[in-house]
Amino acid sequence: MTQAPPNDSPPKSPIKTGPRTKFLERSNYRQRRFRDAARWLPLFGAVFMVFPLMWPRETLDQSLTSSSMIYLFALWVILAVLAFVLNLVLRVSDSIDGDEGTDERGSE
Amino acid sequence: MISFNLLVLVSLLYVAFLFIVAFVAERRAALGKTGWLRSSAIYTLSLSIYCTAWTFYGAVGYAARSGLEFLTIYLGPTLVMIGWWWLVRKLVRIGRAQRLTSIADLISSRFGKSTGLGVMVTVLAIIGITPYIALQLQSVTQSIAVFAAGSGEVWAQRDLDGAAMWVAIGLAVFTVVFGTRNLDAHERHDGIVLAIAVEAVVKLFALIAVGIFVVWGVAGGVGATMDLIDASAQSQWAPSPSRWIGLIFVSGAAFLCLPRMFQVLVVENSDERALGTASWAFPTYLMLMSLFVVPIAVVGLDLMPEGSNPDLFVVTLPLSEGREGLAILAFLGGFSSATSMVIVATLALATMVSNHIVAPSWLTSRTTGAAVSGDVRGVVVASRRIAIGVIMTLGYIYFRLSGGGTALAAIGLVSFTGIMQVLPAMIGGVFWRGANRWGAGAGIAIGFAVWAWTQFLPSFGIDGVISQAVFDNGPFGINWLRPHALFGIEGIDPLVHVAFWSMLLNSGAVVLVSVLTFPNPLERLQGAQFVNVYDYSSDARAWSQSAAQAEDLLVMTQRILGSAEAQTVFRAEAQMQGKSGFLPDVTPDFIGKLEREMSGSIGAAAAHAMIGQLTEGATVSVDDLMAVADETAQIVEYSNQLEAKSAEQERTARALREANDKLTALSIQKDAFLSQISHELRTPMTSIRSFSDILRDGEVDGDARRRFAGIIHDETNRLTRLLDDLLDLGVLESGQVQLNIGEGTLADVIDRAVLASGIDETKVSISRRANAEAVTLSTDMDRLSQVFINLISNVAKYCDADEPELRIIVRPMDGQLAVDFCDNGTGVPQESQSVIFEKFSRLEDEGKAGGAGLGLAICRQIMTAIGGGIAYLPGQGGAAFRVTIPTD
Repeated sequence: MTQAPPNDSPPKSPIKTGPRTKFLERSNYRQRRFRDAARWLPLFGAVFMVFPLMWPRETLDQSLTSSSMIYLFALWVILAVLAFVLNLVLRVSDSIDGDEGTDERGSE
Repeated sequence: MISFNLLVLVSLLYVAFLFIVAFVAERRAALGKTGWLRSSAIYTLSLSIYCTAWTFYGAVGYAARSGLEFLTIYLGPTLVMIGWWWLVRKLVRIGRAQRLTSIADLISSRFGKSTGLGVMVTVLAIIGITPYIALQLQSVTQSIAVFAAGSGEVWAQRDLDGAAMWVAIGLAVFTVVFGTRNLDAHERHDGIVLAIAVEAVVKLFALIAVGIFVVWGVAGGVGATMDLIDASAQSQWAPSPSRWIGLIFVSGAAFLCLPRMFQVLVVENSDERALGTASWAFPTYLMLMSLFVVPIAVVGLDLMPEGSNPDLFVVTLPLSEGREGLAILAFLGGFSSATSMVIVATLALATMVSNHIVAPSWLTSRTTGAAVSGDVRGVVVASRRIAIGVIMTLGYIYFRLSGGGTALAAIGLVSFTGIMQVLPAMIGGVFWRGANRWGAGAGIAIGFAVWAWTQFLPSFGIDGVISQAVFDNGPFGINWLRPHALFGIEGIDPLVHVAFWSMLLNSGAVVLVSVLTFPNPLERLQGAQFVNVYDYSSDARAWSQSAAQAEDLLVMTQRILGSAEAQTVFRAEAQMQGKSGFLPDVTPDFIGKLEREMSGSIGAAAAHAMIGQLTEGATVSVDDLMAVADETAQIVEYSNQLEAKSAEQERTARALREANDKLTALSIQKDAFLSQISHELRTPMTSIRSFSDILRDGEVDGDARRRFAGIIHDETNRLTRLLDDLLDLGVLESGQVQLNIGEGTLADVIDRAVLASGIDETKVSISRRANAEAVTLSTDMDRLSQVFINLISNVAKYCDADEPELRIIVRPMDGQLAVDFCDNGTGVPQESQSVIFEKFSRLEDEGKAGGAGLGLAICRQIMTAIGGGIAYLPGQGGAAFRVTIPTD
């Protein structure tokens, strides 16, 4: 099958120049915060996954299997639902993409 | 009991069905109808090849042995997917921009299209994944054996081997047919992806069906199952924190690094938005796959006879309960899990082998160069097919050697920690521009060595490869190199041990070596492209002007992409450059684009090497990089210049506006001057004319005549004075004044001025200081005294104090002489101070002083002419003027 190469547009300068704005309009600002939320979600998820390890046990071999299981699956569902909601509100590719470079831009 | 033959028939029908599904998908894709084939749902389902037979069968076995710990294998990928905004999104973006074909291609491409790194990752992947493929073969044959046993046949090892061989051959055929059908510019395989999506549904459905049967059909509901779980001794879960966290990390890392996962996650991805869907749908899938694992394990342990293999509970439980249909469904589920994994893993590995080992060595073995005719695609496709066969054979051999006895979970984890060694190079390459190929190579090599020594070789068992003595005392008696106690630290769980030490040393090496060595230009270019993938709108160039001819390039490209595709690319480029025909100008941009197209088929390193042969190594140098940077800098510079120019124009415009305002004001002044002067001349003329008329008529007596003649005389004098002043001012203003330089003391000039001004010294007291005035001047004495006369007579005219007083203060100032004339009147109001030196400016009603308002204007002109100045001096308790006279 034949697909046109994606870079058919005339060659541009390799680096997007232009001033980085300090203040964004409301909707773009919201997008940025949603992205922050998308970044934080796995970190919180990881912390909550460790919780069952810290639950108190009366005896050393007291089984918490069923309650741990319920907890973990509930957590799983919550994480999936949150990811679902985030996916609804996040715009994957749009114009504010390049501008978010502050935290992703590497330096040599 | 169902007949074994029926099972074989069902399996064959199922396989035939998969062939048809894949075939239809390929056909639709070939016709360009890729709509739902590349939908988010298909994409998410294709990710489910993460769940192999190791999940389908092994998870239950794992749960039966270690309780909830099996969940870690699915929690890790869950975190990676819901955290897609961190890494997966970037990987997909890079994969698209760079036309990546595999994880080896990612590493090779990022680190300067290095062939060596590609080979390293490929070898690591083959060693790591082969046992995993063997594991799938084993699980399929074991489950077949269960059914064979059920129908009265007892399988010997020989039969198992035979079945495994046939399964391997079948899978190899499927992979060859649908995986190497075309050498696409984008490594996408719609047929395979759809087939594994179907299999994903089958395995999920099968596992859930078994689970529902077990919970509600056998155990008797959720509550009963929970009681059973808590009562079951073998599922007692005493979690070890380090293992729990370590396993979540390992599974998450493996999810990113496994070649088959990279294949479906990045290479087969056609739309970034699908990733968003997968971010919640894939965790949900994993959750559903894990949901019934513990119940099946616990019920199996409860019901099945002592010593039965828990890895097979998913099949044996329904069988023992007489649910044959369910058992067949479960078998198909397991079969799906195994086959989809083997197909994609083999395909991914074969791509890596052909792109990173076969293609580069084939290229170097040909000295004729890349521009000879003949289709290279044949070589690449053939090498891929052979690689598929070889990898499948390796898996089969491993299966034979390992004897199929090891627990499934153990093999899976060995594989995971092995392939995980790519992670530091990958993370470093994607987020840190400073990471270079020496660092990546060192990291992978050290990680591989640690993994091999502490886990892979020990996995063959004590005395398998490593002897008991080495386990106890280390190699050659070196105590700190013991496989399970590196650096003498004992007592760590073996898996945590390998994960910790290999990751620590691996990433340490990546950082340290990268910091200490220097990357080549291509690496730096690629590094920037990878790390800042969101910022780059197009590829930076990797080629400088070269000697390559367009025709040679076309010949070579045809060999890789096929003539039709290659011609399309060339024609599109020629059109873009505004040329007709198929041969565009060979620009660096075009070569870069060609390389990208080709790397979609044969990998970045091989494509780079092929282009390199034609362009005679005219690859990018540091100078070229600087040139590219310069171009950007020039653009910035140009725009700065434009900005500066526009600022300058702004300034010029402002100056012009000011000049215009001044001219307008001058024109108004001129008009005012003319009307003023007419008025000044007219007033005395009128009175002269009237009185002369009266005199001419002769009707006045002598006394009045004398008076009238006096008036006429006075008015004439006034006119003369005015005309003199005007003439004087005209001469002074035009700058044509002749100065009559003479010498004298300041005191003399002031004496003369006081006398000439006709001031009445009884009315106005003048205070002077003789010694300050004893200064000899060399200037135009007459003109200077004219100024003084003017100032002194002004005091007489305007000072409104009861006892008028004039102070003349002389003091040297800044190399000049300042002579201040201060009276004690009310002075000049502030708003008038700026205009008193203008022509015809008078403060009070005209006529009172009898002047035309030219005096101070003349003074200013005189002082300017002799090089001094005159200014109003505010704040002296009256009117005060300062005259500055130059001294030598």
